[in-house]
Amino acid sequence: MRRVAVIGVGQSKFGELWDSSFRDIVLSAGVEALEDAGLEGKELEAMYIGNMSGGRYLGQEHIAALIADYAGLAELNIPSTRVEAADASGGLALRQACMAVASGMHDIVIAAGAEKVTDVGSKAMEILASATDREWEVFTGATLASLYAMIARLHMREFGTKPEDLAMVSVKNHKNATLNPKAQFRREISLEVALNSPYVAEPLRLFDCAPLSDGAAAVILASEDIAKKYTDTPVYISACSQASDYIALHSRKDLLTMQAVVHAARQAYEQAGIEAKDVGVAEVHDSFTIAEILAYEDLGFAKKGEGAELIREGVTCLDGEIPVNPSGGLKACGHAVGATGIRQAVEITLQLRGEAGKRQVDAENGLALNVGGTGATATVTIFTR
Amino acid sequence: MLPRFWRKIKYRYDLVGTKCKNCGNSYYPPRNLCPVCRRKSDIAEMKFSGRGEVISYSVVHEAPEDLKAQKPYVVALIKLEEGPVITSQLVCDPENVRTGMRVKKAFRKYGEEGEAGIIYYGTKFVPDE
Amino acid sequence: MIGIVSYGTYIPRYRIKAEEIARIWGEDGDVISRGLGIIQKSVPSLDEDTATIAVEAAREAVQRVKIDTTKIGAVYVGSESHPYVVKPTATIVGEALGIGNEYFAADLEFACKAGTAGMQNCIAMAKAGVIEYGLAIGADTSQGAPGDPLEYSASAGGAAYLIGSKDVIAEVEAMYSFTSDTPDFWRKEGQPYPSHGGRFTGTPAYFRHVTSAAKLIMERTGLNASDFKYAVFHQPNGKFPARAAKMLGFSSEQIKQGLIVPYIGNTYSGSSLLGLAAVLDVVKPDERILLISFGSGAGSDAFVIRATKAIEDLERNPKVWDKIKGGVYIDYGLYLKFRRKIKVR
Ligand SMILES: [Zn+2]
Repeated sequence: MRRVAVIGVGQSKFGELWDSSFRDIVLSAGVEALEDAGLEGKELEAMYIGNMSGGRYLGQEHIAALIADYAGLAELNIPSTRVEAADASGGLALRQACMAVASGMHDIVIAAGAEKVTDVGSKAMEILASATDREWEVFTGATLASLYAMIARLHMREFGTKPEDLAMVSVKNHKNATLNPKAQFRREISLEVALNSPYVAEPLRLFDCAPLSDGAAAVILASEDIAKKYTDTPVYISACSQASDYIALHSRKDLLTMQAVVHAARQAYEQAGIEAKDVGVAEVHDSFTIAEILAYEDLGFAKKGEGAELIREGVTCLDGEIPVNPSGGLKACGHAVGATGIRQAVEITLQLRGEAGKRQVDAENGLALNVGGTGATATVTIFTR
Repeated sequence: MLPRFWRKIKYRYDLVGTKCKNCGNSYYPPRNLCPVCRRKSDIAEMKFSGRGEVISYSVVHEAPEDLKAQKPYVVALIKLEEGPVITSQLVCDPENVRTGMRVKKAFRKYGEEGEAGIIYYGTKFVPDE
Repeated sequence: MIGIVSYGTYIPRYRIKAEEIARIWGEDGDVISRGLGIIQKSVPSLDEDTATIAVEAAREAVQRVKIDTTKIGAVYVGSESHPYVVKPTATIVGEALGIGNEYFAADLEFACKAGTAGMQNCIAMAKAGVIEYGLAIGADTSQGAPGDPLEYSASAGGAAYLIGSKDVIAEVEAMYSFTSDTPDFWRKEGQPYPSHGGRFTGTPAYFRHVTSAAKLIMERTGLNASDFKYAVFHQPNGKFPARAAKMLGFSSEQIKQGLIVPYIGNTYSGSSLLGLAAVLDVVKPDERILLISFGSGAGSDAFVIRATKAIEDLERNPKVWDKIKGGVYIDYGLYLKFRRKIKVR
């Protein structure tokens, strides 16, 4: 397998983008990535798109062709493929692109992720809930937040994790987002505000839940030798793994461990030849604050049950030992569903290149964890300078 | 969605699931293939007693459109006495729910397909202590 | 011997006091309560309807005898508030109980006596040897228009009776009906609330049919009021059954155990059947019960029921009176929401 490098990254602003259509948003991220890579566009040999639910958010399927078309690539007639794994769709697109380059099938490909959620108004959350088992979870009135809330309650009961610990994750991510011009929420919040926000699904409160955002992100990947022609600062993808688990939370033997994350992480570390402690910066899937605590544990940053320690001791803060979600994460940078996995890759690339501005941390290796639903799909990607 | 609901009526109206005779594991919701035995699965239908225990729960305040009139309502992970854990609504005042609470099945209305559409009945749980 | 093999009941747990309803309409709650003999009524929650009540009551009945439900050959659900106008409730009950597909089923409507009409069907079919067991259910989530006197009484609940010839806990010794075309209370297609003839519902309707049916069955069986330990009459309010009892020579002692309307209101098709269940909860072998239902339109079904020795072996807990007690009070605002009387969009 060939070594794969990131040679260009781009990202739209995340948030409620009332003025922009789905096409506009994808285009802005794609063009930024092309500019960043110094490509004209015709160099692209294939396109992979992560998109969860164009069908329900926009009433539009055949997203892959649509995006290729509006990205000005129609006349190149390149293969364009959409992949879907709920909010891990972006992670899947990245992995497909990686495999295409690593295998030698293509030399330069673009992986993008995009979602436009605000056009459907209050239905957006219900659409995201289809990431879980529609027939046996959603039918009962379980929302995505309530499923994570049940994990949180169990975690609190089993391991003594406190509402304050969850709130600290939110406070940290909001603080990081103030340093990210692309983030949706660029305002610090206090622990008190987070702890007194209204309940969404007890014990989770408003500030425990990531918003649903419009947004898109794109990365351009190339084989190592070609990458060197375009950039002096290639960031290599040393592993990109994916794993699955039972779709419904209730089917899992251990409700407090996301086996898909554990398996994807184990494979990724092995392939990259590193250990959890070698990770210098991480973007993890904090769709809910409890998910970030679980990620600490399932990625091996902390032992099972001790995830909250990391946030209490500041280990995952911007100036901590393993900064997590320097972008602001899903909570504060925004969660544009299918775009999230690619957006994480953009952030890690910027961090490893030393181009992350005021939120720059010092790291050799970076990790991105993208999770679908309550953990039925996970992708772990490891980047290195 | 009408045929989709109808197809599972038997399994929703009562706790009818499946059991793998090869390994002895029981499943609710029903499975046609046992995740332990896979191709060696030997699946038969089984009816669960309807008694169980609350493993975890959440009081839902941000409800989907169709359930807004019922908020706050309780969803719970319930461990049936035969083993499987299922997601269900728990008909109980939010302040009285607790982990470890014993519960039993109840036949209730889950919703309907709009004002003129069919009614979705199914199994919920109520306190049993 | 044909009779009742088992029975089960269901009463929603919410209650509203007559006083609370009176408060909204500028009436004197005390006067109303005394006038109607109703202190409070049961209110179904948003996820309860006639089908859920029928299923829960039927499940209790079946569970008490632990019979193989595929042996149930008929399901009749009597109600004036079937969830669907077209599409049976009986099939929902059949499916929820796992009866299979080989069974007779229909929904019945005869105002408040559709449940006892179902019982007659099952008794006749069991007697004819067509079925081994039959399930007769009377259940309702009745509606009274806001501000109408009916609003104080129209409530929700139901009872299910498993009828058969084996292990009978109470034999049905006789049954008769007294029927006439008397439009005292009705609801036309498409109308949300029933209409009624006010005081016309009394003498020419309720009293004429109830007393005629009672006299008829006592005459035919040669029994007197004193031959019955208990009497249960349809109870649209607390006053009517008490007066009917008096007219027929029954004492207040004989009707007390089955008179549940003051605490849960009029459960329509469930009313006399819930009253009967309250009596079966305590009846001893060989004691006789007179059951007289009434359905507007109008008719009364009369039954002479005698408990057998087997009743002592039947699990009779939880009792109807226990269920009546365990209520949660709600105010008129919540009541409106639960009864979907608040227009949202
Ligand atoms: Zn098996």
